[in-house]
Amino acid sequence: MAAEHGRKWDRCLADTAVKTVTGISVGIVFSVLFFKRRTWPVSFGSGLGLGMGYSNCQHDFRSPYLIHGRVVKEQSSR
Amino acid sequence: MLRVCLRGVKATARVGLCSTVSCHVALCSILFHPSGASRVVVAGLLTVSGGVGGTILYAKWDHKFRAAVEKNVPYSEWLLGLALGPAPQDTGLPIKKRVSSILFIYTASAEATQIISAISEVQSVPAPCDTEAAKTDSAGTAEPLTERPVEEVAARLAQQDQEENNVVASVSASLEDSLASSAQATLQAIGAQEAALQAIGQHTHKLKEAMEAEAPSEEKSTQWKDLETALADRTTSMNVAKTALLKANEALDSLKSVIDKSKGLKVAAARPLILAAEENLHKMVVDLDKVVSKVQSAESEAKIVAQYSELVNEAKQQFHREVSSLTPEIQANWKGLTGKLSTDDLNALIAHAHRRIDKLNRELAEQRVREQIHIDAALEQQKLEDQKALEKAVGTALQHVKEEARLEQEKKLAELREVIEAEMRTQLRRQAAAHTDHVRDVLKVQEQELKAEAEQVLSSKMLEQETRYRQLTQEQLDNFTLDMNAAYARLKGVEEAIDSHVEAEEEARKAHQLWLSVEALNYTLKTASAESPSMPLEDAAEAVRASCVDSDFALALASALPEKSLKRGVYSEASLRARFYSMRSLARRVALIDESHNTLYQYFLSYIQAALLFESQQEAPPTQLHSEDLDAFKLLSYASYCLEHGDLELAAKLVNQLRGEARRVVEDWLTEARLTLETRQVASLLSAYANAVGLGTTQAP
Repeated sequence: MAAEHGRKWDRCLADTAVKTVTGISVGIVFSVLFFKRRTWPVSFGSGLGLGMGYSNCQHDFRSPYLIHGRVVKEQSSR
Repeated sequence: MLRVCLRGVKATARVGLCSTVSCHVALCSILFHPSGASRVVVAGLLTVSGGVGGTILYAKWDHKFRAAVEKNVPYSEWLLGLALGPAPQDTGLPIKKRVSSILFIYTASAEATQIISAISEVQSVPAPCDTEAAKTDSAGTAEPLTERPVEEVAARLAQQDQEENNVVASVSASLEDSLASSAQATLQAIGAQEAALQAIGQHTHKLKEAMEAEAPSEEKSTQWKDLETALADRTTSMNVAKTALLKANEALDSLKSVIDKSKGLKVAAARPLILAAEENLHKMVVDLDKVVSKVQSAESEAKIVAQYSELVNEAKQQFHREVSSLTPEIQANWKGLTGKLSTDDLNALIAHAHRRIDKLNRELAEQRVREQIHIDAALEQQKLEDQKALEKAVGTALQHVKEEARLEQEKKLAELREVIEAEMRTQLRRQAAAHTDHVRDVLKVQEQELKAEAEQVLSSKMLEQETRYRQLTQEQLDNFTLDMNAAYARLKGVEEAIDSHVEAEEEARKAHQLWLSVEALNYTLKTASAESPSMPLEDAAEAVRASCVDSDFALALASALPEKSLKRGVYSEASLRARFYSMRSLARRVALIDESHNTLYQYFLSYIQAALLFESQQEAPPTQLHSEDLDAFKLLSYASYCLEHGDLELAAKLVNQLRGEARRVVEDWLTEARLTLETRQVASLLSAYANAVGLGTTQAP
C-alpha cells in the first residue's frame, strides 16, 4: 500500500507539475497573444494548472473514499 | 401373711389350718369393718374356703374324685399335692387282672394258640373250661389291661408251647422209659410166672406121673430124678418168678408214680400219653395178676398134688416099711419089684396086703365117718379160703373194674375233650377263615393302596429323575452353548482385536502419513525467505489432503487453506515484521486522513504531525483497549511491540483498529498478515490434529 501511496504522490506531483507548466504555458501564450505580455495570465494559468493539479491530486487521494451513486428508478414490485 | 400361713400348713396338719386362717381373716375383717360390703366379702370368703376345704378332704378320702378334680381343675394338683401329698399309685387292681390273664393265657392249649397264632387282640381262653364264657370273660377282663404287643404274646405263647412241648417230651420220655421198663419187667415177670407155671405144671404132671405110673425102677428113678429136676426147676422158676414179680411190681409202682407225677403237671398234651400209659399199666397189672393167680392156682394144685404125693409117698413109705418089715430083703422101691420074689414072700406080701387092705378098709370106714366132718371142716376151711380168695379176687376184680371204669371215663373224657376241641377248632377255623377272608380283603385293599402309593412314588421319582436328567442335559447344553458362545465371542474378540489392530495400525500409518504431510506443510511454510513468500503450499496441501482422505476434519482444514497461500505461498513473519516498519512510517504520515478529512491540506497536516509527534517505538498493549488507545500512533506502537514479541495475531488485531487512510495503507500488510495467520493456524491445527491422531494411534510398547 505504501507503494501505491508513493505512486499516487508521484502521479500527483507529476500531474500537478504538468498542469502547472501547461497552465503557465497557456498563460504565457495567452499573455503573449491576448494579454500584451502581462503576467497575470501566467500566474492565472499556473494557478489554474496548480489548482487543477491539486484538485486532481486530492481527488486521486480521495478516490477510495468517494461514493459513487446512481439514480435508480423506483420500480414498484407489486 | 397368707403365704406364711401356707408354709405353716405344709409343715403341720394342712387342711384345717387353711380354712381356719380364712376364718381368722374373715373374723378380723368382721371385727374391723362391720359394714355391708365387708359382710358380703366375708361371706364369700367363707363359702370359698369351705368349698376348697371340703374338696380337699373329700379328695383325701376318694382317690377317683381326686383324680377327676386334678384332671379338670388346672392348678388343683399343685394344691392337692400341697395339702395331701402326692396321689397314691393305683396299681392293685390291674395287677390281679394281669395275673389272671397270664394264668388264662398259660392254660391255653397248644392247638388253640397255633390257630390263633399272631392274633393278639383276641386273648381267648380255650379248653379245658367252657370256651365261650371264658373267651368273653377274658376279653372282658383283658379290656382294662394294656394290650401287649403281638410279638410279646406270640413269644410268650411260643415259649409256653415250647415249655409244654418240653414237658410233654420229658413226660412222654419218662413215661416211655418207665413204660418200657415196666413192660419189660412185667413181661419178664409174666414170662417168669409162665415159666414158673409151666414148671409147676410140669412138676405136678411129673409128680402125677410119678405117682400114678407104674414104671420099672430105672424109669422110676429117672422119673424121680426128673421130678427132682422139675422140682428144682420149679423152685428156681418160682424164685425167678418171685423176683421178677417184685421187679415188675417195682416197675409198675414207679410207672404209677411217674404217671401220677405227669398227671400232677396238668399238661393236656400228655394226657393221652398218660391215659395210654395208665391203660398199659392197668393191662400189665391185670396180666400180672392173672398170671399170678394162675401161678397161685397152679401152686395150690401143685400143693394138692404135692400133698397127695406126700401122702402117697407116706403111704408108700409106710407100705414100704411094712413090706420091708415083712420082707427085709426086698429093696426100697417096691415098684421095682419083679418076679424075683418067692412064694413065701409073695404070700407074706399077700397077707400083708390083705391086712393092709383091711386096715385100709377100716381106715376108709373111719375116714368115711370123719369124712363128713373133715369135709365140713374142709368145706368150712375151703369156704373161708374161698371167701378170702373171693374177697381177694373180688377186691382185685373190683379194683380192676374200677381201674377200667376210670380208664374208660378218662378215655371218654379225652374223647369228649377231643370232640369239643375239634368242635372248637372248627369254630376257630371258621373264625380264622372269616378272619383270613377279612384279612385277605383288607390286604387286597391295602395292596391296592400301597400299589397306588408305590406307583405314585415311582412316578414322582421317575418324574423327578426325568426332570433332573433333563435339567442336567439342559445344563450341559447350556454350559456347552455358553462355552461355545464364549469361545465364539473370544474368537470374535480375537478377530476384532486383530482387525482393530490392523485398523489401528492402518490408522497409525495414516496418522503418520498425515503428520508427515503436515510436517511437510510446516516445512513449506518455513521456506519463506526474508523478502519472498514461501513456496506455494499447493503440493503440501495436496499431500495433506491425500493423506487425510477419511478425516473430514482434516479435509475441511486442508481445504480451509486460503487460495492465495496455496497459489502463491505465504510470507514469513520476519518479512512481515520488516514490512511493518516501512509501513508504519507511512501509516504515521497519513494518520489524520480518513473519509472526511482527506484534502491535501490534511495530508500536509498529517505529515507535519508525523514529523513532530514522537511516540515510543514499542509499547506493551493493555489487555483492554480504551477509546484513547485507538490513536494510530499508539496502535502502531502496540503493534510494533507485539511484532517484536512475535505476536503477529495481536499486532494484526491492533493494526486492524486503524481507521481511515492509515488503514488503507496497511491493508495489504494486513491481508498478508491475515493470510499468514490463517495458514499458520490451519497448519498448526492440522499438525495438532496429526499429533493427536498420532498420539491416539500410537501403541505403547
